[in-house]
Amino acid sequence: MLFTSYEFLGFLLLLFFLYYIIPARHQWKLLLAAGYVFYAVSGWKNCLFILLTTGSTYILALRIDRIHREQAAYLKEHKKELSKEEKKSYKARNRSRQWRLLLTGLFMNFGILAVLKYTNFAIANVNALLSLTGSERQIGFVSFLLPLGISFYTFITMGYLIDVYRGKYPAETNPGKLALFVSFFPQLIQGPINRFDEMTETLFSEHRWNWQEISLGLERILWGFFKKLVIADRILVGVTTIVGDPETYDGIYVFVGMMFYALQLYADFTGGIDITVGIAQVLGIRVRENFIRPYFSKNIAEYWRRWHISLGAWFTEYIFYPVSVCQPMLKFSRFCKKHLGDHVGRRMPVYMASLAVWFTTGIWHGASWNFVVWGLLNGLIIILSQECEPLYDRFHRKFHVKDRFWYRLFQVVRTVLLMSSLRMLDCYRNVPLTFRMFGDMLIHSRLSQLFDGRLMSVGLTVSDYGVLAAGTVILTAVSLAGRKGSVRQQLAAGPAVVRCVLIYGLFLCTLIIGAYGVGYDSSQFIYNQF
Amino acid sequence: MIFIGDCEVYENFSPITLWQDYGITSYIRGSAQQLIWQSYYLLEETLKYETPRVVVFNVLAMKYDEPQKEAYNRMTLDGMKWSMSKVRDIRASMTEEEHFIEYVIPLLRYHSRWSELTGDDWKYLFYRDKVSHNGYYMRVDTKPAGKFPKDKKLGNYQFGHRAYEYLDKITALCRDHDIQLILIKAPSVYPSWYDQWDEQMEEYAGKNQIRYINFLDLQKEVGLDFQTDTYDGGLHLNLSGAEKLTRYFGEILRDEYGLEGHRGDSRLEQIWEEKEAFYSRMKQEQEEDLKQYGYIRKFHEE
Repeated sequence: MLFTSYEFLGFLLLLFFLYYIIPARHQWKLLLAAGYVFYAVSGWKNCLFILLTTGSTYILALRIDRIHREQAAYLKEHKKELSKEEKKSYKARNRSRQWRLLLTGLFMNFGILAVLKYTNFAIANVNALLSLTGSERQIGFVSFLLPLGISFYTFITMGYLIDVYRGKYPAETNPGKLALFVSFFPQLIQGPINRFDEMTETLFSEHRWNWQEISLGLERILWGFFKKLVIADRILVGVTTIVGDPETYDGIYVFVGMMFYALQLYADFTGGIDITVGIAQVLGIRVRENFIRPYFSKNIAEYWRRWHISLGAWFTEYIFYPVSVCQPMLKFSRFCKKHLGDHVGRRMPVYMASLAVWFTTGIWHGASWNFVVWGLLNGLIIILSQECEPLYDRFHRKFHVKDRFWYRLFQVVRTVLLMSSLRMLDCYRNVPLTFRMFGDMLIHSRLSQLFDGRLMSVGLTVSDYGVLAAGTVILTAVSLAGRKGSVRQQLAAGPAVVRCVLIYGLFLCTLIIGAYGVGYDSSQFIYNQF
Repeated sequence: MIFIGDCEVYENFSPITLWQDYGITSYIRGSAQQLIWQSYYLLEETLKYETPRVVVFNVLAMKYDEPQKEAYNRMTLDGMKWSMSKVRDIRASMTEEEHFIEYVIPLLRYHSRWSELTGDDWKYLFYRDKVSHNGYYMRVDTKPAGKFPKDKKLGNYQFGHRAYEYLDKITALCRDHDIQLILIKAPSVYPSWYDQWDEQMEEYAGKNQIRYINFLDLQKEVGLDFQTDTYDGGLHLNLSGAEKLTRYFGEILRDEYGLEGHRGDSRLEQIWEEKEAFYSRMKQEQEEDLKQYGYIRKFHEE
């Protein structure tokens, strides 16, 4: 069920209605049922996968948690009788049991994800290697259907399992409630990747009708639809045409395509998250914010702290930290310190862990080399800019431009251009072609090419360009206004007439100008494929 | 009386001629590529307001057993008043790509026209020209019938279950309302009307004791000349052809079905006087255009 389908809107209306008329103690059960209905519509067989992940995580988390509790009780009971060594050994034994349970969960669930998502990628690489060695043997590809949102719910559940293993919070004893956390439908399409302890407070509690919150949620949903339907789905045809025909659209059109994609991805992804957060808010549930005006970032590291925040946080917490302090990495660090000096020795584990995170981020986005290269390039640029920090500092000390508006603007534009350039790997989906087109853009771009008629042949009309220009201005204005706090809260605090006119105007714009229905290639959200 | 069916009724029969020559009052609820279930629901809706003695259905629609095209659906359905007939009609007619909600809120379907609105659209918002004469679409120009592609051989000539189901419903509806149903095949020479189809209609009519008239076989009797009586090369009749066919059919209606004339009824005379005036005016305008330009401007622009 597409977020932008009539069926989904009907489903939402019915859910909102039922949610507030049934006894509040049953609300979470209704959400659980709604999640599975939503999921079953994408294919009832998919439910088996999410059930398997939920079931295995539930059992393993309970067993890990039981060991925690037994250990605490045992140590309390035998506090005086046990020596320090005995306590240590007892804890180590338990830790080992918990570790085995955790590994079982990780292997099983990441295993399902890996098999379904990466088997063909592995086969393609093995085939390429076979060809290189002169072998004529090729392995046939398999056709697995990727269950909806598997990357998202696998990360959500594994985050939960690791947290229970770390003793951050106890395991959920009610299987229904854990199932709801995993299958909470607004987050299934494209995240955000929520954390159990952050969500439970509002997910399972009882909610009374609160028009103020509900209206704010509805406004957020509307804003998300505006971004998705008016901007992202309108510019989609331009991106597809330019990227799909690199021979025709070369030179400055590579840049045009790159910037179109930057706008499309932003409007699509943030729009989808707005819808998700808005739905949750109408239901009285708080989910993670996934973006903080990312295109206003002054460098890539900052950009990644403000774009797809929940994914970055997941990787930092569950990959970066464990990898950078794991035994082999510490050994490697000592080795580097000994042979390459303190400075390098200190940084090597951090950089290695960073590259591991960026490799995983890349492969998470898609089972192909363009995503791997994209991920690693992100990591390399961040490392390089960290290494260049002393240079920047010297520059800033000498030229006092750091706080000047135009310099900050330059930093913002630079970051947007850099990020958009990297995303060309996502556009062309072919590493050599991407580099060739990037080179072509740098060497053969001429402003005059914009007036050679090709701009009007990408599938966008003058009115489309007008809408996109106006849409970009509105997005920028709202982002600027958002620096002072929630724009919706600001509107709510202002005169009711202004709020009404703006909301009604936005609704009409989306309804009339939105690129949906017959004649438009209504598209799934980009992040849904990940 | 009421005509239901596709372009083969609304371009081939003239209710004004029926009135002028026989005093018979009639209306054509026709639309392009009207599917048989649409004809049924249009008739069902019509019978809520009207009490016709005869209903005429053109059987070309029997060849369709599935929804066909959204554009034609819209031509039939958008103009219907909301009722359960319309709801059922929409549900029966929707192609896979269509959504019911877009019939309820047409803005959802037509919103993308915002960028192509012209002065005519705004004019249309406030004033709509009358375009038909009790459902008849008038054309006075002529384009002689040319050659048509040879009849394609079909894998299966049997009309579909759904088509028969709705033909049964039309038959039952007429019977329930004590209306005489006449099945016709208009004399349009293309699209093809196969002998095997004709036989099935003959058989159906025989079994249900309904009159079936295939005007393709009566072209001589009607006096049709496809060199002068068609405006689009034989697909549809022009005014001259439609009036000839209507006169011939009117005789059958008067003599065999006993439809009496209403001439003399002052209330009806008054209503039909206006219709006749509009008919004559449009005929004159089209003829003047033809004389002056060699074509009818309105249709030429289209």
